[in-house]
Amino acid sequence: MTVQSAWFWAIGRIDLHSFAFVRAWEDPSLDKMIAAGAASLVVLGAIAVFAIITKLRKWRYLWQDWFTSVDHKKIGIMYVILSGIMLTRAVIEAVLMRMQQAVAVNQPGIVAPEHFGELFSTHGSIMIFFMAMPFLTGIINYVMPLQIVARDVAFPTLNSISLGLTVSGAVLLMISLVVGKFSTGGWSGYPPYTEMAFNSGVGPDYWIWAVTLSSIGSTMTGLNFAVTIYKSRAPGMHLFRMPLFCWTALCTSILMIFAMPPLTVATLMLALDRYLDFHLFTTDLGGNMMNYANLFWLFGHPEVYILILPAFGVYSEVISTFSAKRLYAYRTLVYATMVIAVLSFTVWLHHFFTMGQNANINGFFGIATMCVGIPTGVKVYDWILTMYRGRVRFTVPMLYAIAFLVTFVIGGMTGIILATPPLDYVVHNTLFLVAHFHNMLIPGLLYGMLAGYQFWFPKAFGFRLDETWGRISFACWVVGFYLAFMPLYVLGAMGMPRRMAGVFQGEYLPWLIIACIGAFILLAALGALFVQLVISIRRREKTRVPAGDPWDGRSLEWAISSPPPEYNFAVIPCVEDRDPFALRKEQGRAYQPPHAYEDIEMPKNSVLGPVLCIVGAAAGFALVWHIWWLAILSFLGILAAVIVSSFSRDTHRVIPASEVARTHEHWLRTVAEARAIPRELETRSANEGLAESAV
Amino acid sequence: MSADELKHAGLNLQEADPLTHEKAGEAIFGFWVFLMSDAVVFALLFATYGVMLRGTAGGPVPHEVYEIKSAFIETLILLSSSFTFGLASLAMKYEHKRHQLELWLGVTLLLGFAFIGWEIHDFVSMAAKGEVPSRSGYLSGFYALVPMHMLHVTIGCVWGMVMLVQIRKFGLDPMVKINVMRLSLFWHFLDIIWIGIFSVVYLQGLA
Repeated sequence: MTVQSAWFWAIGRIDLHSFAFVRAWEDPSLDKMIAAGAASLVVLGAIAVFAIITKLRKWRYLWQDWFTSVDHKKIGIMYVILSGIMLTRAVIEAVLMRMQQAVAVNQPGIVAPEHFGELFSTHGSIMIFFMAMPFLTGIINYVMPLQIVARDVAFPTLNSISLGLTVSGAVLLMISLVVGKFSTGGWSGYPPYTEMAFNSGVGPDYWIWAVTLSSIGSTMTGLNFAVTIYKSRAPGMHLFRMPLFCWTALCTSILMIFAMPPLTVATLMLALDRYLDFHLFTTDLGGNMMNYANLFWLFGHPEVYILILPAFGVYSEVISTFSAKRLYAYRTLVYATMVIAVLSFTVWLHHFFTMGQNANINGFFGIATMCVGIPTGVKVYDWILTMYRGRVRFTVPMLYAIAFLVTFVIGGMTGIILATPPLDYVVHNTLFLVAHFHNMLIPGLLYGMLAGYQFWFPKAFGFRLDETWGRISFACWVVGFYLAFMPLYVLGAMGMPRRMAGVFQGEYLPWLIIACIGAFILLAALGALFVQLVISIRRREKTRVPAGDPWDGRSLEWAISSPPPEYNFAVIPCVEDRDPFALRKEQGRAYQPPHAYEDIEMPKNSVLGPVLCIVGAAAGFALVWHIWWLAILSFLGILAAVIVSSFSRDTHRVIPASEVARTHEHWLRTVAEARAIPRELETRSANEGLAESAV
Repeated sequence: MSADELKHAGLNLQEADPLTHEKAGEAIFGFWVFLMSDAVVFALLFATYGVMLRGTAGGPVPHEVYEIKSAFIETLILLSSSFTFGLASLAMKYEHKRHQLELWLGVTLLLGFAFIGWEIHDFVSMAAKGEVPSRSGYLSGFYALVPMHMLHVTIGCVWGMVMLVQIRKFGLDPMVKINVMRLSLFWHFLDIIWIGIFSVVYLQGLA
């Protein structure tokens, strides 16, 4: 065996130039320095986190209380933390891209074209798979079982595995900053560009395995949520008594079950092409890249509704709570949600109107696309009518909801433009499209998730978030959005293509500068969000809401302490209404002690999730770099871990009734001692989580 | 709620074991959902195969590649294994002597291995004739679909072996019963997929 082949056997394709630092050392241009800076942030960040945890001696605590926990609440929180980290990276990348385009008019910009390609590919991939998906999965994980009064999700260990797989995908994306380069093929990774013939580096492989890991995780998440909603509801919680958020969670889960497999199939078939010399999507020997476009968007379009529906659910809860009214036209909203979910499978072709179908096919998909506007419009009216004659309180979540209503409708209008094939021919592949989908997803996903985060944070942690910084952050998200994306509509209409590392039309410049300023305001919005979190933690003694109902809530997650006990409800109540908690407060029986307590059986911690996370990331890394021994070892590890854990019979533990009673009665005393406050005081420190309507 | 109520599609334990039956509702329904998701995977692989069928790139065409005899024998083996798994499920439900479950599960696995072996033999002889995925889009489509099914059968066999060990170790405890029921659904599901493969790939190719 030669030295070279031994080397390849051990570490595959990795060499010195794989490292961003080495590349920057050899060629200290601004472009390479930015890459090295990002890489050092990853490395230093990892070291810092490691050091801090070690110094505080928190490893055991983290392992026992968090990583191996199968509690849906903790898994939900970990999902949201992951999403926050990835959001930060992707927003910084967005700012870099906006800067590049504002600078690179008739001159080279700050990054090289290749690097720019990596930026838009990681930005898109992260925002979809590692920001949006974890964010909504986290919030559904936390809230949905509480709302339907379940003790946990149907398959708690599977839930932890899903998180593990998503994290391992995110880890691969972070590693790609340090070792090697990421794909330049965009978030959709179209072949033949991403095939071996045109792109033999590791970039597309990083994309393939990061996305594959997360898509398998999301499929399992969808399965878990759907079964939970179908099978674990409390007595009396008929489907049509579920809070609307649960309905949107259900529809999203169903979409995940059916729409994630096409993505897995597409990425794995691309992997077959790249690794085993298949010809599924190649340009030669009978390959068919249109098949990839179909498979990808068969996932990609339902994905859009996977992202948007949970936000619709959050808005429904927020608007109804802060208008102090029952949700208007609940059934209509449910049907509209279902219709959107069904239609989502009938419109995928509008993502490639210009790729050669005949006019009749384009016509069909264009009309189907416009049809989506109908149930969505119904929803917008229902939310407005929920506010009508309500006593609307403009808290931070409500502000997001209102900003959403206005902004989302604008995005919907441009969607109708794009759904018309002849118009799509004019603006396709321009910044008009970029503006459109950001205009849908920022209000339709990000604002919703942020509203949910502000709304349910007191439930999860027992204290409220700072109101002032919440408003500052909100203002920046909204102003930043309009400044960053409205100019892109103009630029798109002027004909500026998307994904350009540089432009040669001077007349684009003013608009690009405005968009760049907008991007910085969005960065400030993110900063304000973190400031809000830090300040809120510092001042938490003044904002505690131990009684658990800071917003005069209507559904049952507000009927328990904040934070809730591990088993959620001391005694599973019988649900008798659509707004059960509001009804009980009205009837003055919101905080009655139960007649009797029972032992509660809860699932025990499992190491399977974190183990599969580590082994999954190792498998992905090994496959990217062709380190075959590690790849084989990882696959055997996955198999062994699953088999070994199937032999475990000691999977549950019992919490004795006496302990449940003690905890619950302690909380009931807290409630009895708390001062009930009118709504005007809900953002003041007087708010201990007991609403005046309850007494 | 009585024990004879159906809790999920497929074989229910009902009054044969009311306690496990109660638990099975959620567990088996979850597995059905997984199968639906897996069915989407196969549906797309079938669709891809259909799309790729014409992409022979001047290489071998279906009727040169397939042998009806081989495919038919594989079909017989796999269908028989579904029948024997049915017997295993009944033995488990009514808790006949444990060795009956073990026997039928063992026979099923043997048939499964025979099926895998036969298929590998097919692939090897195809490869010897130069009919490999790198030859053409059509062959890529074939190798994406049929070995994917074989991979599933292999996983089913490994799972079955694990179950045999667990039956020895734990007896017929609720988890074992539920997992045998899940495996049986998986096995029958793969049978249905194979019928699709036999019809769409082999029969259509040879017609």
